[in-house]
Amino acid sequence: MRRLRSLILAGLVAVAAAAPAVASEEMEYPKNEWSHGGVTRGFSNIFGTFDRKALQRGFQVYKEVCSACHSMNLLSYRNLGALGYNEAEITAIAAGYDMTDGPNDEGEMFTRKGVPADHFKAPFANEKAAAAANGGKAPPDLSLIVKARKGGEDYLVALLTGFEEAPAGFALPSGGNYNKAFAGHVIAMPPPLSDGGVTFADGTKATVEQQAKDVATFLAWAAEPNLEARHQMGLKVMIFLLVLAGILYAAKRAVWADQH
Amino acid sequence: MAHGPSSSFKNPVVNWLDQRLPIFTMIQKEYGVFPTPRNFNYFWNFGAIAMIMLVTMIVSGIVLAMHYTPNTNLAFNSVERIMRDVNFGWLIRYIHMNGASFFFIAVYIHIFRGLYYGSYKKPRELLWMIGVVIFLLMMATAFMGYVLPWGQMSFWGATVITNLFSALPLVGQDIVTLLWGGFSVDNPTLNRFFALHYLLPFVITAVVFLHVAALHVTGSNNPYGVEPKGPQDTLPFHPYYTVKDSFGTVVYLAIFAAFVFYAPNFFGEADNYIPANPMVTPPHIVPEWYFLPYYAILKSVTFDITIPFTGLKLIEAKLGGVIAMFGSIAILFILPWLDTSPVRSARFRPLFKKGIFAFLVAFFLLMYVGAQTADAAWHLGGLEIPLVYVGQLATLVYFGFFLSLPFIGLIEKPLPLPASIAKPVLGGGASAAAGAAKPMEKA
Repeated sequence: MRRLRSLILAGLVAVAAAAPAVASEEMEYPKNEWSHGGVTRGFSNIFGTFDRKALQRGFQVYKEVCSACHSMNLLSYRNLGALGYNEAEITAIAAGYDMTDGPNDEGEMFTRKGVPADHFKAPFANEKAAAAANGGKAPPDLSLIVKARKGGEDYLVALLTGFEEAPAGFALPSGGNYNKAFAGHVIAMPPPLSDGGVTFADGTKATVEQQAKDVATFLAWAAEPNLEARHQMGLKVMIFLLVLAGILYAAKRAVWADQH
Repeated sequence: MAHGPSSSFKNPVVNWLDQRLPIFTMIQKEYGVFPTPRNFNYFWNFGAIAMIMLVTMIVSGIVLAMHYTPNTNLAFNSVERIMRDVNFGWLIRYIHMNGASFFFIAVYIHIFRGLYYGSYKKPRELLWMIGVVIFLLMMATAFMGYVLPWGQMSFWGATVITNLFSALPLVGQDIVTLLWGGFSVDNPTLNRFFALHYLLPFVITAVVFLHVAALHVTGSNNPYGVEPKGPQDTLPFHPYYTVKDSFGTVVYLAIFAAFVFYAPNFFGEADNYIPANPMVTPPHIVPEWYFLPYYAILKSVTFDITIPFTGLKLIEAKLGGVIAMFGSIAILFILPWLDTSPVRSARFRPLFKKGIFAFLVAFFLLMYVGAQTADAAWHLGGLEIPLVYVGQLATLVYFGFFLSLPFIGLIEKPLPLPASIAKPVLGGGASAAAGAAKPMEKA
């Protein structure tokens, strides 16, 4: 047993040594409570599931606010079933967008109503167009944004609620906005959320913070849509492996009994 | 091997096969009755664990390759398609991603085991060197695998590491062009890295077979570092070590699974979820954690090596760093001849034991320093210690450990060795064992 303990210790040392490689180096963001546990936070809630109501509200924020500038190219309307929408609702959401398709048999591109199999419609035709309309730099695609930023959901909430007046003496370039959570504090994106900027169907008060948390939940799901399946399978796998380890330990004791 | 029927099996089909191709005889000999020292501790599990991880990586990797597209325009999205639309694709991908880390953890512990118990010494020098070859192949494979998702860190990591070769005199730039298949990291680079990433694991498998074959010539070392003197010192591999290895492997797999299911991005970098963009350099380029110590050694050579009083540059800092980095692995090849002590196990080598713990601390320090920015510093009170100095000190300890081994062997006074494995101390029973060495691990 003593050897086993030292072995586990060795493993822990290896893991601890690796930790600085992933520790965030600059800013710390206030930690929020996430029912799904936080996509980028390890071991935070092994039973975590997404809050369906928050997902739907977050999708509404994305649809009514963010999607004016930000694409989500990796998602399709059919994926929205995971948010709790039924087929008819998803078909209706998709049909709200006009899609360019083709070429048809005459060689012409044509416009049709969106279907659930379509990817989310991007606000701009291409990256160049997005850059041209936004001061030279295209707004980032949001499909993976939660996993692509240190701090994940917490960073997004800090960013979306972090707009304030630039402190006196801070040289704010024209076209820039002051944000206390953004690296360098100058961000091209103007404050996107405002109190009451959207009206939630479930009656939740649409404060900036509420919208920020909801859209962060939605984007966390978008970045890691299989989180719930992962948590559920993980529990079964862990139980299986731990029971098997127990049985093997008993077997080992039995086999070695005549050698002690 | 077998001339004529060497063993007979009850099962007639097995018997028929075995008389024509003695595969069952071989399994029986090498993994059944194979005499194995009876005093292994759990450090001896990590060879088997590394083998399981290699198989895990090959199986998950082949499935990933069925869905992956090695093209700069498609690679990133094809990985995301695996994560989102392929059945259990997220599971396979997270197994492969974290499997690389857990393969390296197992191999690092395995190598440390070999260092600590002197497994590299006569007659196991070649066994050790083959192991170092496996380690090098693993590093090449892991590096190229990390490039495949074509995220920001993939692209910029590939750019930084391939550029290192340009420091080599005369042929440097040509080697870089050959690696890139052009004049920058681009589609040809991705294509050849994918081809090689698929090929090298099978080369590793072949070399692992050589490693195991060489092991079965000399037999295993053990925590005492004294050779078995007779049947009383050994146990048949099966069932004693099959069951012990199985237990250790499953415990290891449970830790592995905990990361796959509950912290799959723990070892990863956020930047690699941003598609590669040659026009935007990430603020801080870091390799995967298992390369960090060598990356720190590379960064520690910040000075040109000149001929004194002439001002002539002998070795530029960049080349010096590259030499130090490759030297830190290459030195392992000559380790069996650097160590002059006839005693294997650190248990009986007080000075060596101090040295190896200093080496271990230096290794973890280098791992830490490798992850930090070039201008990072520790603040102790009013004192500011630039981490580059910490890295340089740790690099000195890293090489100093190996280079001092010839002298340690000469001046060190080893503790009395056990007479044999079964009888830890001359003439004494189990109670006397505690005097000279640590109490014997019975399990």
